[in-house]
Amino acid sequence: MFPRPISQLSAPSQMLYKIAVPVALLLWLLPLLGVAMTSVRPASDLAQGNYFGLPSALAFENYATVFRNTPMLQYMLNSFYVTIPTVIGALALSCMTGFALAVYKFPSNLIVFFLFVAGNFVPFQILMVPVRDLTLSLGMYNTWYGLALFHIAFQTGFCTLFMRNFIKALPVELIEAARVEGVSEWRIFWFIVIPLMRPAIAALSVLVFTFIWNDFFWATVLTTSAATQPVTAGLSSLNGQWIAQWHLVSAGSILAALPPVLMFFLMQRHFIAGLTLGAVK
Amino acid sequence: MPATGRLTQRKLAPWLFLAPGLIMFMVYVIIPIFQSMWISFYDWDGLGEARWIGTANYVELVDDDAFYTALKNNVIWLVLYMLAVPAGLLIAIFLNQTITGMRLYKSLFFFPFVISQVVVGLMFSWFYAPNFGLFYSLIEWLTGSGVAILADDRYVTYGIIAAGLWPQIAYVMILYLTGLNNVAPDQVEAARLDGAKGWRMLWYVILPQLRPATFIAVVVTLLGALRSFDLVSIMTAGGPFGSSRVLSYYMFEQALSEYGYRMGYGAAIAVVLFAIMMIFISGFIWKMWRDETER
Repeated sequence: MFPRPISQLSAPSQMLYKIAVPVALLLWLLPLLGVAMTSVRPASDLAQGNYFGLPSALAFENYATVFRNTPMLQYMLNSFYVTIPTVIGALALSCMTGFALAVYKFPSNLIVFFLFVAGNFVPFQILMVPVRDLTLSLGMYNTWYGLALFHIAFQTGFCTLFMRNFIKALPVELIEAARVEGVSEWRIFWFIVIPLMRPAIAALSVLVFTFIWNDFFWATVLTTSAATQPVTAGLSSLNGQWIAQWHLVSAGSILAALPPVLMFFLMQRHFIAGLTLGAVK
Repeated sequence: MPATGRLTQRKLAPWLFLAPGLIMFMVYVIIPIFQSMWISFYDWDGLGEARWIGTANYVELVDDDAFYTALKNNVIWLVLYMLAVPAGLLIAIFLNQTITGMRLYKSLFFFPFVISQVVVGLMFSWFYAPNFGLFYSLIEWLTGSGVAILADDRYVTYGIIAAGLWPQIAYVMILYLTGLNNVAPDQVEAARLDGAKGWRMLWYVILPQLRPATFIAVVVTLLGALRSFDLVSIMTAGGPFGSSRVLSYYMFEQALSEYGYRMGYGAAIAVVLFAIMMIFISGFIWKMWRDETER
């Protein structure tokens, strides 16, 4: 193990380490803690210059104000409308593409695979004008499904990379044996491979959920009104209206951050497994 | 006959499985890349008739000061963003211990990455806010006069990069924590018996084993630096006076913002950004290709 386990060190050093970790964490999360504290600070505190001290009272009404006076609830719903279909769509498509690229040998296999990989890395800006145009001409501009459709397509690139590598690591004998038995290709996919892909599906669902929930660029490019904007774009426009009303900005920020944070804590193992794919041989 | 039937099925099957995903990906990702290149030769406001102007957009770029500011900022982003790799490694080494509650500590350290960059941007705007921001007050306390980071064209880009580093370091940290978890213990022990420790141990024994993690960390950090859009947009909208623009933001501004709809010019900026990115993309595609074909 590297570094040397601290259990091999002297008692005072161990003590020191046990104190250092939470202190470092506190410093690390300072911006987050500051905003969390500001979100429950009464507006009067800010007016009196009490920015860092403990809030004079816990003002949960900041959150109520955000919900009452802004379309925050709508924004959050819109985010779900975009995110959930994207997760389902991208996973469905990439299970199939990943299967095709992992199981079959055909001449252009690697080329198709690298097309997905490379496309996944391009800057969004080079897609912006044509995608916006396409969405407009499909009559899907400023709708949740127009946005979701793009996300499904783009995330398929990343998910294909992931799925293909995952299926490649499964034992080939399983598929060969089924073929000898005369099982059709579709049934091999559906009854043999899909059940084995559960961990990959779980990992990618949380990852894609977080990526899409947090997307800001496409939300600003493809949606414009409060009725369709996801929470990231919504928060950005609210920030423009709430000049210097930091207690509201903070409450809004915390609300926007909450769903992916919950998702992360509930599915932590899968999340990290997905993110660190390839970080070990 | 059934044998040939099964063979055709196996020839056809991959394309049937690929079709839906590949068509979507072509329509929304691959073809638009070429469309953008095409549009960059036009003068187009997005609504009316597009007019072919050849390379005029690129000629204009060459003399555009704002373009050079954005390009310079992109380079600063690229260089400073790379700090996320050693910083993430350092935190990962610091945290790679087993004490009570370590799992929770690790996930809390990872927290910034889970949060949207929009929220990160707002948090740091608050952190930097003149007169009452924590950072502003700290500088004021140290030097006697505060600095409004986001309103000062000398510091603004660095201020935004610092905000971007926060989640990026968290990401790199988790990559390295996973990597450290998989370092072969027998090799470490053997090196220890040979008297290796500290930096020498890290450099000669640990880092070579962490190579896959380092590769991914460098790739995602490069991409993150070149994709920086959200933070610039939220924290400064490119200001003050365009001094914190990066190419991705400048492109958006030209193509879609209130300053006008110059799709062709925007597309030309995007093509330049794409070309820069292509250098890196071809680099790691080449590496991956080698790994695949060697196997």
